[in-house]
Amino acid sequence: MNLSISDNLAASLIAAPIMLPSLAGTMALIFRRRRRIVAAGISIGSTALQVLIAVALLIRASQSDPTPYAMGDWPAPFGIVLVLDQLAAWMLLLTSVVGFAVATHAALTKLDRKGWNFHPIFQFQLLGINGAFLTGDLFNLFVFFEVLLIASYGLILHGQGARRLTSGVQYVVVNLTGSTLFLVGLGILYGVTGTLNMADMAARGAQLAQGDRGLFLAGGLVLIAVFALKAALLPLHLWLPRAYSSTAPAVAALFAIMTKVGAYSIIRTTPLIFGDVAEPILLPAALGTIVLGFAGMLAARGLRDLAAFGLIGSTGTLLVAIALFDGDGLAAALYYLPHTTIAAALLFLTVDLIVRWRGVEGDAIVPTPRFAGASLLAFLFLAGGVALAGLPPLSGFFGKLLILDAALVSPHAAWIWGVILVTSLIAVVALARAGSTVFWKHDDTPELPEDREPPRLVQALPCLFLLALLVGLTVFAGPATRYTQGTAAQVLDKPLYLRSVLGTATTPSPNAQGDAP
Amino acid sequence: MSMEFLIATAIGALTWAGIYLSLRGRTFPVVLGVTMLSYAINLFLFAIGRLKVGAPPIFSEEAATYTDPLPQALVLTAIVISFGMSALVVVLSLRTFLETGTDQVDGEPDPAIDPLDGDRDEWIKRRNAHRIDMLGETRP
Repeated sequence: MNLSISDNLAASLIAAPIMLPSLAGTMALIFRRRRRIVAAGISIGSTALQVLIAVALLIRASQSDPTPYAMGDWPAPFGIVLVLDQLAAWMLLLTSVVGFAVATHAALTKLDRKGWNFHPIFQFQLLGINGAFLTGDLFNLFVFFEVLLIASYGLILHGQGARRLTSGVQYVVVNLTGSTLFLVGLGILYGVTGTLNMADMAARGAQLAQGDRGLFLAGGLVLIAVFALKAALLPLHLWLPRAYSSTAPAVAALFAIMTKVGAYSIIRTTPLIFGDVAEPILLPAALGTIVLGFAGMLAARGLRDLAAFGLIGSTGTLLVAIALFDGDGLAAALYYLPHTTIAAALLFLTVDLIVRWRGVEGDAIVPTPRFAGASLLAFLFLAGGVALAGLPPLSGFFGKLLILDAALVSPHAAWIWGVILVTSLIAVVALARAGSTVFWKHDDTPELPEDREPPRLVQALPCLFLLALLVGLTVFAGPATRYTQGTAAQVLDKPLYLRSVLGTATTPSPNAQGDAP
Repeated sequence: MSMEFLIATAIGALTWAGIYLSLRGRTFPVVLGVTMLSYAINLFLFAIGRLKVGAPPIFSEEAATYTDPLPQALVLTAIVISFGMSALVVVLSLRTFLETGTDQVDGEPDPAIDPLDGDRDEWIKRRNAHRIDMLGETRP
């Protein structure tokens, strides 16, 4: 074989979504005090580069089977591997575009000047999220969860204030308990199977003695409970509204991906390792989550609460599709997943602009004096609301349609149809109420503060970018659904994954290739 | 008493204490509870490679059997992470206490222990006047 340096680099590109933010984060740390503008430039440049890398990885993943990348050059069951497949590439692309929009928004609105370390922490947050999507090892998944959590503790407290600190303590304690539970599940699974590699565990889990089977499934359910905690599934959702509505809205926009990390982990591990063990619990919990999320929107008194509950509801819709655990359901879920993430991020960023440009009453859903730029914000709020509620013409409508279509084969189809349709209506009512109060009614009594920021229209660019992505996802729904169908088929093809990761075929390792010209 | 019984009981007792304490209303017991839980987990992880006495984990010329080295590596990682986390949660609780004047986890002051409404603002102001700036940030 005649392998060149460019082949090595191409193989190593799989590690780039982890290496790049760690480098950029460190660089931003160096420049953060003296040259803030350089730090912001590094951060935004890094996210832009991550978009390009994610596109390259997506193209590669769509043309080949899952590709393992041995980090320490030890083959799969012994060393730690990263695995690039269509699912991972899809999630990486989503993370990078949302990361790009949020980093730009933070720089434009000067959110990054409220403390010293916004950009370094932001990059480490992306590092953790990208790593969680790429890793093929369960303990490594735990480590990347910790990395993204530690960074999220920093981001959630960014800007400080008493309310943010109080909810920050709760967020940290909840997630520490979640991490503890993660280790319990991991410990049980390792004790039973003697491995932590996902592919190896899937292979060994299928051959367990009857007596060990129960313990194995119990470990699996503990892990799924942890993932459900991250995804804010019904009984485990209580941490989310308060944490997301008291942090800076731009940070909450990035955190829209964090619930999807939980959803991703369920998609990754359940069909591969645990089979249909969680099915009877997941579906009712997801339906309940939708009801609770969208009903919560109706009760929200602030725009940030509204967006946070909308995020819970739409993640519930996503989990319903995942809980079907068949090809069509997963394909629908994977089409709806980027849509709901981008829609929630768009809504949070718009709310941030409303708070800034309005100047009074914070994010409360009350009438205020007329303010400049209101028509642009009303348009963005309408677009975000339409997207989150899943109305035509944006991609949420197609996503919900695909989910409803996939649910037809389920024995619980009536429940799924009823809940999704009725809650969509509730969401529309809640968003219409909030939007008309904020943008149509006026009340001139509150005094405008003197130091109010004048609206700078350029600040709306990241929102428009996200909106353009939603439009793109709608216009190119054909290619996108073809891709997600391929992804769903790949996720459910367990033998293919095992063969690709554990197979005797040589894994691309830079050292071995470099020594063999 | 076998070693298995001893270890299992220790893990159970630590978990029990951890769950009880982390459900308390004030931050100090919660911090202790989370720490207890992480101790329990460290022991548990250590035990998942089966308990073997006097067996080396990696290599020894005289060894007849080996113990599983991987759980020990996992415990090491878990200890490092949980130690960092404990430090973070302690600093965070202290900071919250200083900013809000109460150490209730839900942020609602308990009238039996915490300074009264009017006193609290004064109290926070006095605290803030000569407190150590723990996170090294300039105050606005």
